[in-house]
Amino acid sequence: MANSQNNQAAASAQSALVEMKDISISFGGVHAVEKASCELYPGEVVGLLGHNGAGKSTLIKILSGAYTRDSGSIFVDGKEATINNPRQAKAYGIETIYQTLALADNVDAAANLYLGRELLTRWGTLDDAAMEAETRKVMNRLNPNFTRFKDPVKQLSGGQRQSVAIARAIHFNARILIMDEPTAALGPAETEQVGQLIHQLKNDGIGIFLISHDIHDVFDLADRVVVMKNGAVVGSARTEDVSKDEVLGMIILGKCPPGATPGPGASSD
Amino acid sequence: MAEKEQDFRESAVVRFLRATEVDTRLLGMIGALMLIWIGFHFYGHFVNGYGAFLTPRNLWNLSVQTSSIAVMATGMVLVIVTRHIDLSVGSLLGFTAMIMGVMQVWVLPKFLGLGHPMIWAITVVVGVAFGALIGAFQGFLIAYLNIPAFIVTLGGLLIWRGASYLVARGETIAPVDQTFSLIGGGPYGTIGATGSWILGILCCIGILLLLISGRRQRIRFGFPTRPMWAECLIGGLGSAVVIGAVMVMNAYPWPKGIIRRYAAANNIEVPEGGIFISHGFAIPVLVAISVGIVMTFLANRTRFGRYVFAIGGNPEAAELAGINTRKMTMLIFSLMGALTGIAAVIASARLKSATLALGQFDELYVIAAAVIGGTSFAGGIGTIYGAILGALVMQSLQSGMVLIGFDSAIQQMVVGGVLVLAVYLDNLYRRNSA
Repeated sequence: MANSQNNQAAASAQSALVEMKDISISFGGVHAVEKASCELYPGEVVGLLGHNGAGKSTLIKILSGAYTRDSGSIFVDGKEATINNPRQAKAYGIETIYQTLALADNVDAAANLYLGRELLTRWGTLDDAAMEAETRKVMNRLNPNFTRFKDPVKQLSGGQRQSVAIARAIHFNARILIMDEPTAALGPAETEQVGQLIHQLKNDGIGIFLISHDIHDVFDLADRVVVMKNGAVVGSARTEDVSKDEVLGMIILGKCPPGATPGPGASSD
Repeated sequence: MAEKEQDFRESAVVRFLRATEVDTRLLGMIGALMLIWIGFHFYGHFVNGYGAFLTPRNLWNLSVQTSSIAVMATGMVLVIVTRHIDLSVGSLLGFTAMIMGVMQVWVLPKFLGLGHPMIWAITVVVGVAFGALIGAFQGFLIAYLNIPAFIVTLGGLLIWRGASYLVARGETIAPVDQTFSLIGGGPYGTIGATGSWILGILCCIGILLLLISGRRQRIRFGFPTRPMWAECLIGGLGSAVVIGAVMVMNAYPWPKGIIRRYAAANNIEVPEGGIFISHGFAIPVLVAISVGIVMTFLANRTRFGRYVFAIGGNPEAAELAGINTRKMTMLIFSLMGALTGIAAVIASARLKSATLALGQFDELYVIAAAVIGGTSFAGGIGTIYGAILGALVMQSLQSGMVLIGFDSAIQQMVVGGVLVLAVYLDNLYRRNSA
């Protein structure tokens, strides 16, 4: 009995946390993503790189349920998953921090943190006090300088807004975290904070997708990079097996270096 | 020296506002309302020799006239907050009123017999359900077929007006059921002096309980509380307004003719000086207040309300947070339709008939009420109490102009001008407060 459980544990440690297989989507005849595949393991940070318009954000929006794919399948813990809207993605523990942060600007931090998952009193009404108390706890851990709990989030600074978006993503026991250009709008100190947070989450066994068009943002944080170009995957490589310049070659030319596993989008020469 | 004094005074005002947590916008609106009331009263006093505005009779009438617009304005807040518009409410009011008229005058008496006590209840349920259904249909076109709300409801404006003509071939349907007509007010459709006092005292107790429970909640979670004097001031002022309203409503007696008929019917001797029977609060006013309370609760204390504001603030974010924005849009328009049904009950009961012109131009008054009450067309911002106050402002302007004898051409121009001005002032206010 105990043995079989151990076997199962070993098997699931090997199977990917999430696996996307041959994902395709097109918008009005434009193939935004074509037969893209990639996987993510527990405690792994994967940098998803590519130019603007390479299809990385689109691919990840399919995983988070914002877009519905035309074909291909998604597996979570080795089992095929049904993800057609954001709610279903969240049910699998897939949380996303969007580049735009996707905050409702006119309501406060607590309302944003719990948006779509509000705490209710026993009469079925909003329990604002409990939500604010919980938000204070979360924000104290994440960003001790954060004090403006009553203000609509549009009045907050870029860094504060970012912390609200991050808090929302990690507060509900995320297992798979998607961060779309997480440091694009941040200063050096805040970028450093995000880096620390990623290490901490990684140690908790959370799988993280980092999406960026700038290799410097992610190379040091990621265990592995997956490069996309023109909607297809050029290839993937462990960051220890390739140099930054080689990855740059993958992004710009679509050329796979020897240390990388080529994908369907790799150029043939 | 003088400058320093000025500084000190300003900061005292700021401190006062912060301590009481009063919305400056609310203060502005109350100020504007007072200005309108006093202005019309004194204009009448000096120009016509009789100030008719600040009399119990006029204020009572004003409260009844405001009810139907106020009911619809509470729904319009949610519609505009989610960045939509509903231009069909006036026509929809006319149509549902016509349906209800046919129901209680032509259909139900055939089956139940004339004057059956269930007629009014069935009629109201049918009317409100009809409104909700049509609202849901318009919401469906907007949410699921992606037709802009402006177009759908502009179509509705024409369609429902036409439909109400078809229902009765343009006839006026009258007289409505006796019990039904009480919902429109009139001397019999009131709760009298004692009832008004009981209601007023209940309201004061309600205010007190709300303040206490709010303070308890804040203490429980260790949030900052208002200073005690501020709590007392708010409670005191709130109760004073309630009691003042009760006294004004009770100061308006039944007309002599009605008293004579009432006395004759009940075998009461009328003494030499006549009897003083107070109107008290009219039933339509109570309906409007109840709707206001329910809608405030819905907007502030429920998931539904939270989603309405989140969608208004950032529709894409709401969608990504897992909110079914299409379903929400349909529900909001359905709610607007149901409230229009309630407003139709009030309006047709007040006229004691369903006419073809009922509700004409109401959409403009309703939208104006919501906007004057601080609902922003940019979405995400608006309050129910603001819209009710806005309705009161619009109606005060309207009936004030009637009282001092402006003709209807000028009335329309003033109302139109006020609407544009209100949006401009709103822009100014937001720019300065942001």
